[in-house]
Amino acid sequence: MEPILEVKNLTKIFQKRGKEDFVAVDHVSFRLFPGEILGVVGESGSGKSTVAKLVTRLIDATEGTIAVNGKDITHVKGAALRDIYADMQMVFQNPAGSFDPRRTLGDGIGESLKNHGFSKEERRKRAVGLLEHCGLPEEFAGRYPHEVSGGQCQRAAIARALAIGPKILICDEATSALDVTVQKQIVELLQSMQKADGLSYIFICHNLALVQMFCDRVLVLRDGKVVESGTPDEVILAPKSEYTRRLVDAVL
Amino acid sequence: MAELLKYDNVEISFGGRPVVHDVSVSLRPGEILGLVGESGSGKSTLIKAAMGLLGSNGLVTRGDIWFEGKNIPDLPERELRKIRGVKIGMIFQDAGASLCPIRTIGEQIHESMSAHMEISKEEAKERALELFDKLNFKDAGRIWDSYPFELSGGMNQRAGIAIAMLMNPAVLLADEPTSALDVAVQKQVVMEMRQLRDMFGTAIIIVTHDIGVVSAMADRVLVLNHGDVMEYGDAEQVLNAPQNDYTKKLLSAVPRLRRS
Repeated sequence: MEPILEVKNLTKIFQKRGKEDFVAVDHVSFRLFPGEILGVVGESGSGKSTVAKLVTRLIDATEGTIAVNGKDITHVKGAALRDIYADMQMVFQNPAGSFDPRRTLGDGIGESLKNHGFSKEERRKRAVGLLEHCGLPEEFAGRYPHEVSGGQCQRAAIARALAIGPKILICDEATSALDVTVQKQIVELLQSMQKADGLSYIFICHNLALVQMFCDRVLVLRDGKVVESGTPDEVILAPKSEYTRRLVDAVL
Repeated sequence: MAELLKYDNVEISFGGRPVVHDVSVSLRPGEILGLVGESGSGKSTLIKAAMGLLGSNGLVTRGDIWFEGKNIPDLPERELRKIRGVKIGMIFQDAGASLCPIRTIGEQIHESMSAHMEISKEEAKERALELFDKLNFKDAGRIWDSYPFELSGGMNQRAGIAIAMLMNPAVLLADEPTSALDVAVQKQVVMEMRQLRDMFGTAIIIVTHDIGVVSAMADRVLVLNHGDVMEYGDAEQVLNAPQNDYTKKLLSAVPRLRRS
């Protein structure tokens, strides 16, 4: 099977005048296959979120390549860059912060459709359908981000990410700010969509128990490098590196 | 054993609307009580009430909160100040944010101690370094001289706990003290708080949504939902054999790590 996403030697160096270069991501390589859920774990500062931002082209790589469906997207610009977001979307940690506070959730959900030329009426219809798909009633399309709870807002953020029909969803701590009961609902929603639509996920998460339950494969990052990878059981039950062992031992 | 802090049928309202209803709970000397529940369940409100920190909008509208024979909601601000920080200490989710960004940790320690007693900077430093030492802080001197932004989030949190302990309070109220920390640091902070109890006999109320943290340190657990007590009892029983339906639902939603 061909990987849907292939990352080779991805490196990001942050340079600041008067300061030493900071290597946030250091020659990271991995593949994501269709329908696969890949977990990324590591402590704060290990480079998890930087990897997500590089892959989604929110920041530019210093070195290395990113390929989606075999096509190199490392340096694409303009319309070609917009086109990759039809395949790849992102869900962030803070759902309320990722919506424009002055626009309704329905507007936010319809934005990627607007960018791809859908009419206003079509966008409204789709937004309502997507909200329903994510377990929210129709009237949420007219609500503002501050008018809904954190869990409801995250559902809307998932609806927004799904609007354009992507094949890859990158979730950066998408459930970390939520209560456990809501976290469970969101994970079940993601699982059902993966089964129904064959979506692939990159699931960045510091909660090892959740990764063990949800992911097919897991990468362990430390100081921007992949220190270990494998199935969750391989990595968690029989860690090869001292660092992974420490992470596992620290879970209460 | 006599109770140190006792909530008697407490109702707390914001803007006239009750958000915590009829809560009765007590804390014995040296006990660690875990207060769990989801966002908006009223757990933070409950411990803020014991410090008289509900703000201008919040009020204990029914019941009493007894501490050393005094009912806290009845005390004037002047009396509260003698309790707050001295007899009841508090730590917050983000200690870094509750410290002043433009002054060193040492200056802030001296300031907070001199609010309650006459103490020179040298004496304050001596006492602080002694406590840092007991808590196994590496580089105690460097921490004293550091600004909060020069320390990691975990280090700020540990410093915040040490500062709260300087006056050796009988009760420590901790509001999500580990929620912003990485697992490794979280474990360290949990261990440290247990050590405080063992060394100084401090009674602790820890508010958290993290069931793992509660199971690692609490003697008793109170489960809150929308301001109502769902279950209250020994940690062992509540966490392993919950009786209440909501507690069962909450616990079943927690992903647990399989280690074998």
